[in-house]
Amino acid sequence: MIKGTKDGFILMLNDQCGYEVLKEELIEKLSVQYKAPADGQAVKARIEAGNRFLTEEQQEEIRQIVHQQKSLLVDDIYSNVITKDEAEQRVREKEMSSMTGIVRSGQVIEVEGDFLLVGDVNPGGMIMAGGNIYILGTLRGIAHAGCYGKKEAVIVASQMLPAQIRIASKLNRAPDQDDESHEMECAYIDDRDQIVVDRLQVLRKIRPGMTKVEGGI
Amino acid sequence: MGEAIVITSGKGGVGKTTTTANLGTAIAMQGKKVCLIDTDIGLRNLDVILGLDNRIIYDLVDVVEGRCKPNQALVKDKRFDGLLYLLPAAQTSDKSAVNPEQMKELVDQLKQDYDYILIDCPAGIEQGYKNAVAGADRAIVVTTPERSAVRDADRIIGLLEQETHEPPVLIINRIRNHLMESGDMLDIDEVTTHLSIDLLGIVVDDDMVITASNKGEPITMNPDSKASIAYRNIAKRILGESIPLMSLSDEKPTFFQKIFKLLGKK
Repeated sequence: MIKGTKDGFILMLNDQCGYEVLKEELIEKLSVQYKAPADGQAVKARIEAGNRFLTEEQQEEIRQIVHQQKSLLVDDIYSNVITKDEAEQRVREKEMSSMTGIVRSGQVIEVEGDFLLVGDVNPGGMIMAGGNIYILGTLRGIAHAGCYGKKEAVIVASQMLPAQIRIASKLNRAPDQDDESHEMECAYIDDRDQIVVDRLQVLRKIRPGMTKVEGGI
Repeated sequence: MGEAIVITSGKGGVGKTTTTANLGTAIAMQGKKVCLIDTDIGLRNLDVILGLDNRIIYDLVDVVEGRCKPNQALVKDKRFDGLLYLLPAAQTSDKSAVNPEQMKELVDQLKQDYDYILIDCPAGIEQGYKNAVAGADRAIVVTTPERSAVRDADRIIGLLEQETHEPPVLIINRIRNHLMESGDMLDIDEVTTHLSIDLLGIVVDDDMVITASNKGEPITMNPDSKASIAYRNIAKRILGESIPLMSLSDEKPTFFQKIFKLLGKK
């Protein structure tokens, strides 16, 4: 079934039939004539797979079919079903892992979600997290938040004296001369796509999504 | 049953071997039976500092490979009535001549006969380090108040924390008082908070250490040197006594300074 919205088409795939039948049906449906918009802009299409699980190869195949039949641009493929691995991965990405102790020179800690360290990161030590990094201690080594590409990730430290800070694919290093104290600070990517270090208090404004507790005051 | 202590640092040239020789001497002077093991195979020099280099017949590799019994390879230091022994490293092979299991077996065997076994570790974190650490019950990390040495000490402490059960303790060596006072050298607090392990002792930089090493008489045997007192204090702390850290300033306050201090002036 094809639906049109102002953002483009939505292709809803039948989730009861076999995959081969689905492909045939899709080709048939798409062979119906339609006029491309006069301004020549590529029309976006979203695919809803319903309760059908599509493997990576199948997804690619469907993208190809849709693209070849009509020059539609497949925006995304939605499905109600995900694999167990993917589900576990998502849980891990949401989880906060914690550790007490010191991350010393040469040690690398990598977690998929958020990371809470009660202790210091010494020069030469490194923390990599898929999400945010919170350090109750001094950061003197390298911290890499959002290391799988999450640009909204932040780094928070009681003492921010890092050798390097990395968020997603951005990198920043400490100034060569700096005698300020840097207590209770955070680092994030601002709207100019640069890593900035600021007071902890600004986080509430910049990353409202970090507040998950409701009520209170 | 004795205790095996490894003396390590990561970085070279901070004074591991000198520390091993002097602590061994100082512990022996306290009446305990000590065995020193040099694990720096291929680059041995603990024997030189102790002045025992011309008495070596067998070495560590000979023992491990079964060419002689441990007792035959041990060199006795005659100055300490049978309390101080050295197991020298081989000079002809390299670090891969021994593996950690063999070292552990050897150290366990020696622990039967000695109160303390001090293992002198080579610089680096490769095979030689692994051999040295294998048999040890605890570790002493030696560093100097320099950034590079502290960085390497940090790395070594991280590795040690995964191996031995007891947390390692720290000796800060080669302290130069005037540099530390002027802030040109890391001070003791900076080093200990950075590494966050317990401080076992501090040793001042003393020219006499070098003279003594060249003569083959560990500085600890000379009771007048500040470094000697420092090593003796550390040895007593290893034996379980509680001795306060020695003060760093060279001169005792003069009579007038004391009076001014009482009056609250500088």
